[in-house]
Amino acid sequence: MRKISLLDHNSVPKHEIIQVDDIKSLLEKYQIEKGQLPKLKESDPVAKELEAAVGDIVKITRISQTADESLYYRLVIE
Amino acid sequence: MDNKMPSIPKRIGAIKFGLISPREIRKMSVTAVITADTYDDDGYPIDMGLMDLKLGVIDPGLKCKTCSSRAGECPGHFGHIELVAPVIHVGFNKMIRKTLRAICPKCSRLAIAPARKAEYLEQLAKLKEMGHLPDSVISEVFKEAAKAKTCPYCHDADGNSTRKTEIKFEKPVEYIEDGEKLTPTEIRDRFENIPDEDVRVFGMDPENARPEWVVLTVLPVPPVTVRPSITLESGQRSEDDLTHKLVDIIRINQRFQENREAGAPQLIIEDLWELLQYHVTTFFDNEVSGVPPARHRSGRPLKTLSQRLKGKEGRFRGSLSGKRVNFSARTVVSPDPNLSINEVGVPLQIAKHMTIPVKVIGRNLELMRMYVNRGRANHPGANYVIREDGRRIKVTDQNHEELAEKIESGWTVERQLIDGDIVLFNRQPSLHKMSIMAHQIKVLPNKTFRLNPCVCPPYNADFDGDEMNMHVLQTEESRAEAKILMQVQENILSPRFGGPIIGGIHDHISGMFLLTRNENFISKNGALELLRKADIRELPEPAGHNNDGEPYWNGKQIFSQILPKGLDLEFPAKVCFQCETCKKGECENDAYVVIKNGELLKGTIDENGIGAFKGLILDKVVKEYGTTIGAKFIDDVTRLAIRGVMRTGLSFGIADEDVPKEAKIEITDVLVKAEEEVHELIKAYGAKELEALPGRTLAETIEMLIMQKLGKARDSTGRIAGDHLGLENSAVIMAKSGARGSMLNLTQMAACVGQQAVRGERIKRGYSQRTLTHFKKGDLAADAHGFVKASYKSGLNPTEYFFHAIGGREGLVDTAVRTSQSGYLQRRLVNALQDLEVQYDGSVRETRGVVVQFKYGEDGIDSTKSDYSKPEAVHRIVRSVTGKEVN
Repeated sequence: MRKISLLDHNSVPKHEIIQVDDIKSLLEKYQIEKGQLPKLKESDPVAKELEAAVGDIVKITRISQTADESLYYRLVIE
Repeated sequence: MDNKMPSIPKRIGAIKFGLISPREIRKMSVTAVITADTYDDDGYPIDMGLMDLKLGVIDPGLKCKTCSSRAGECPGHFGHIELVAPVIHVGFNKMIRKTLRAICPKCSRLAIAPARKAEYLEQLAKLKEMGHLPDSVISEVFKEAAKAKTCPYCHDADGNSTRKTEIKFEKPVEYIEDGEKLTPTEIRDRFENIPDEDVRVFGMDPENARPEWVVLTVLPVPPVTVRPSITLESGQRSEDDLTHKLVDIIRINQRFQENREAGAPQLIIEDLWELLQYHVTTFFDNEVSGVPPARHRSGRPLKTLSQRLKGKEGRFRGSLSGKRVNFSARTVVSPDPNLSINEVGVPLQIAKHMTIPVKVIGRNLELMRMYVNRGRANHPGANYVIREDGRRIKVTDQNHEELAEKIESGWTVERQLIDGDIVLFNRQPSLHKMSIMAHQIKVLPNKTFRLNPCVCPPYNADFDGDEMNMHVLQTEESRAEAKILMQVQENILSPRFGGPIIGGIHDHISGMFLLTRNENFISKNGALELLRKADIRELPEPAGHNNDGEPYWNGKQIFSQILPKGLDLEFPAKVCFQCETCKKGECENDAYVVIKNGELLKGTIDENGIGAFKGLILDKVVKEYGTTIGAKFIDDVTRLAIRGVMRTGLSFGIADEDVPKEAKIEITDVLVKAEEEVHELIKAYGAKELEALPGRTLAETIEMLIMQKLGKARDSTGRIAGDHLGLENSAVIMAKSGARGSMLNLTQMAACVGQQAVRGERIKRGYSQRTLTHFKKGDLAADAHGFVKASYKSGLNPTEYFFHAIGGREGLVDTAVRTSQSGYLQRRLVNALQDLEVQYDGSVRETRGVVVQFKYGEDGIDSTKSDYSKPEAVHRIVRSVTGKEVN
């Protein structure tokens, strides 16, 4: 069977794990702790595909109707 | 109240819930209660009775024997009743059932292998660490333990593992094992033997909740302050329901003890035990299913502990979440188009009752003195004064002059409401922020609140008997805040869709339509009459002169007078015919509005111009000129519209539904033709010549085709009627301008009511193979399945009338069901989202600071400030700055 990447699906927005330096600036920008970010389960199909580890932060770039692109961040949890 | 700084409140670190242990009950008890009596013959509380002075005091003059405070200060203290035999606490009957089934009847150990227990404990610890609820794991524990047939821990004499027998539960408090009823004593014994480590696997903390504590051996007696008795006018005392219940418990408890000591037969003992159980059960909850509720002598069911807490009027929803307030008024609302949208007319009687506290300072001393001197009967007066030491003095007919003299700086005067005071105005249900808005008062005669009809949409109010509430703000800060954030003009634009929710309705729209559509010849007098209240100093150049040389103006000019200078706007009106290609300014139906520099050049003003929800002119004026000019514009437009509609007059009568004879013939022709076509279809269907549509059976196909045919027929009859009635007809005017009603309504009145449907299908139910006995079995014809050929004006025949009633009933049921369902759905949604807040950085967060959206609505746009983010907005800005047209 051919392996299909979820991320190639039209309805799945772009997911990427962000770098450690970027985490710091992100948390600084919003003045928050890691735990105050929205969550993403490690078992989430997309997280599995990205091989995201607990504690990683995933940046999601969505195509928005009102703003061209909208950014969203999720903390990977167990 | 003293002026000391309030002490720093304590912070709650954690809240722990557990079961109360018998030891703790005895420890907090100030006295055992042993007598069922309350007061002696002198009316003095009996020692160790239910009204013992140690339990707190409610009678003034007596002192609490525990804390020596007087009534009002003493918080009350718990007592206790030693139960002769243990009884089950009903609130825990499900937990007892689960636990009994999960443990070994002999050794009381949880019937799960040690390794599994450790696993469960680990899972529970993990969930706790993550802050999740342990419910799912615990229910699994009980399920697994209940499944076990034998105890993994103990054996009988022959070395066989102990058999676990199934335990039957009979509501509310009976547990049957092997056909034998388990007594509370037995249950308690078993629970006592459960080891602590097994209790932890249940998800219970043995320190705070041992399972045996759900079987009561001692009953706490609530303080008297919780169950105060009232003295009736006759001097007779009436005890609280809880006291009555406690009396019952003590009586039975005593009888039980006496009988047991006297060595009464087992049968009697068991009966008494059951009776004690009944009283304790109903003491906790008098609405347990399977238990007859305990009743008062009058036959009214007693309100016991659970009833005090539960439900809408219970302690939580009724007393703690629900708030009742002072400084509020409620009465019927009625319209007054002469008020500004920011105002509310308040009856004089209400204005005289409600007050605003004003601190007396040097600068208002004389004014305040005047208010006090006028007393409370003379309208702008004062009802109370508060001295510097905080003493409140009522202003009366006798003392008002004297008080006025005494007033000085530092006093507070509670003066009556006067014009211009800011109050909050509200109509339930308060579904959005516009359900409570700040208004300025206008004191008026008569007994209703008056409001401008333009503010009906946000409140969803009408004047068929609606009542509304008014709240008088008591501090300067609250008034300032209300004025800045909540005043009506600040809420013209709804954040729901970014457009005006306050605007013209009904007559405002038809009035504006009549005024601006036709080539009205308005004389000077007429023009001045129309614009009387609009602060217009000069009339524009007249549009022309009539044969007598008198100047005249047209409606568009009149309307232009109230438009703000410099307004540029173009949009299609509601009457737009939706032509293939829009000729814009050259529209021959006058349906394209062109406003240049505050002047209406082309087009008709209707719902799309000034209507609530849709008014584009309102939207533009508020967004470009601010809320104050916006509010003034609404006031002016609606007043002009009312005068406009009165100029021509707009009435509707039964004769307005009359269509000319030719039209009637045309309509009948259309309907007859449609019926013939339906017959053709049925014939084709009968001959099996009809082809099924994809995905549908033949029967479904013909139904669909018939529905389509008849629907089209109804629409074309409507068009015929509409064309013949023309724009002179008031119903057509109202429908086309968007003031009220639709062309469909008109069609049904004048031409043809059309197909009646149940669940989107033609009516099928009734007798076998037919709807009514008036038709042949299997008849598929239009009239046999609820097609109403008649119009409301012409009158329905009996079968049509019946089908119409069927369809109407469904509509009624639908609305009733929908409102209740959507109401609850909305309540839940609001409950989930109510604490979310947009932060200064544009992110949306909840109370813990957890981000929900990184940018509000993904784009960070406040809908009330945006111009719908359309490219036209940019074009307009470029045009207004450079004066050049861009595309």
